[in-house]
Amino acid sequence: MPELHERLLEIADDELILGWRNSEWTGIAPFLEEDVAFSSVAQNEIGHARALYGLVASERELTADELALDRRPDEYRSAPLVELRLVPDWGRTIARHYLYETADAARIAALKEVDVPEVAGLAAKIEREEAYHLMHAEMWVDRLLATTDGRQRLRAGVDDLWPYALGVLEPELRGAWAERVRARLGWELPDLRPVGRDERSDALAELWEEMTMVRRSQPAGVAW
Amino acid sequence: MNRGRATRHPTEADVWRVLAEIPDPEIPVVSLVDLGVIRDVAVTDGRVRVEFTPTFLGCPALDVMRDRMAEKIAELGAEPQIDVVLDDSWSTDLITPAGREKLRQAGFAPPAPRAVGGPQLVQLQRASRCPYCGSTETRLENIFGPTPCRSLRYCASCRQPYEQFKTI
Repeated sequence: MPELHERLLEIADDELILGWRNSEWTGIAPFLEEDVAFSSVAQNEIGHARALYGLVASERELTADELALDRRPDEYRSAPLVELRLVPDWGRTIARHYLYETADAARIAALKEVDVPEVAGLAAKIEREEAYHLMHAEMWVDRLLATTDGRQRLRAGVDDLWPYALGVLEPELRGAWAERVRARLGWELPDLRPVGRDERSDALAELWEEMTMVRRSQPAGVAW
Repeated sequence: MNRGRATRHPTEADVWRVLAEIPDPEIPVVSLVDLGVIRDVAVTDGRVRVEFTPTFLGCPALDVMRDRMAEKIAELGAEPQIDVVLDDSWSTDLITPAGREKLRQAGFAPPAPRAVGGPQLVQLQRASRCPYCGSTETRLENIFGPTPCRSLRYCASCRQPYEQFKTI
């Protein structure tokens, strides 16, 4: 199943990197409830990454940690959308949150139909948790759309991130997802060249330095 | 002839009994059995295999729970095997009635039943009963909370913020 495992690794990398990016709001979100929300979403995403890495790692005789943290930045398969550092821009953050969570919902739903019980079962468990992320993202989009200022900021964020968002899903899932996004936002979104997984961003290299620092500072095999 | 000291292998009931003594590390009023996360217990001679599902995948208490189960089973004189099952066989609907009552008494509203197709915002915004005063004049403050399994609510009647176990 090398192809399926490649796909799982892409999702795991997205969830790990986005988990890190979301956690950058811990302590500095516009208000306390969003500190709590973004921190909790981050924790869930990293939990999903851990479980997905676990499936791929056992096939490759590695551990989830080795897969998550021992690769070089150019070996990650994350979508550049999740790599971007967006603090302190709340409008762009909500735009990414919504674009990512809707795309993630589409691919997790597809993964539930895969004919491998451990993959389909894990996808179903992830979906139960992701339902809350999607609910939160949609609530924020509706809230921003309700005022002129909010709408402008959301639109600026979506328009800016749209080529990156197009790079998250496989082409066969992209159409239905883009339609769902258009229907909620209410404006046209162009067909652009996606910024996809084969393009590594400088933002990832920077994040990687921080993310793997503790691990790189310790000899292999150190237990805590 | 030392029959009185011959080791007796634990039965499944023995295992369930000791697992029911393990508190949830984050909400210690309920046990792992109350939470319904023990999916199966199988005893073969001196080996005990437990199938267990985490509540949430990002739950940091996962490793603690696994280690505590292994310790308790080892104390029974058996060899533990704890298999973590990562499928969707667990739902908050599996929290036992006793578990729900313990949550309520500790100030946690138990989870609402899971609706077909999963939880919806409108359903969550509907009143839940305040675990302190019993009023339904309550509102959702945040679908997220201090741990992955909790939401934050507020009771307008007794003016008490409280947490509700998130429906999964």
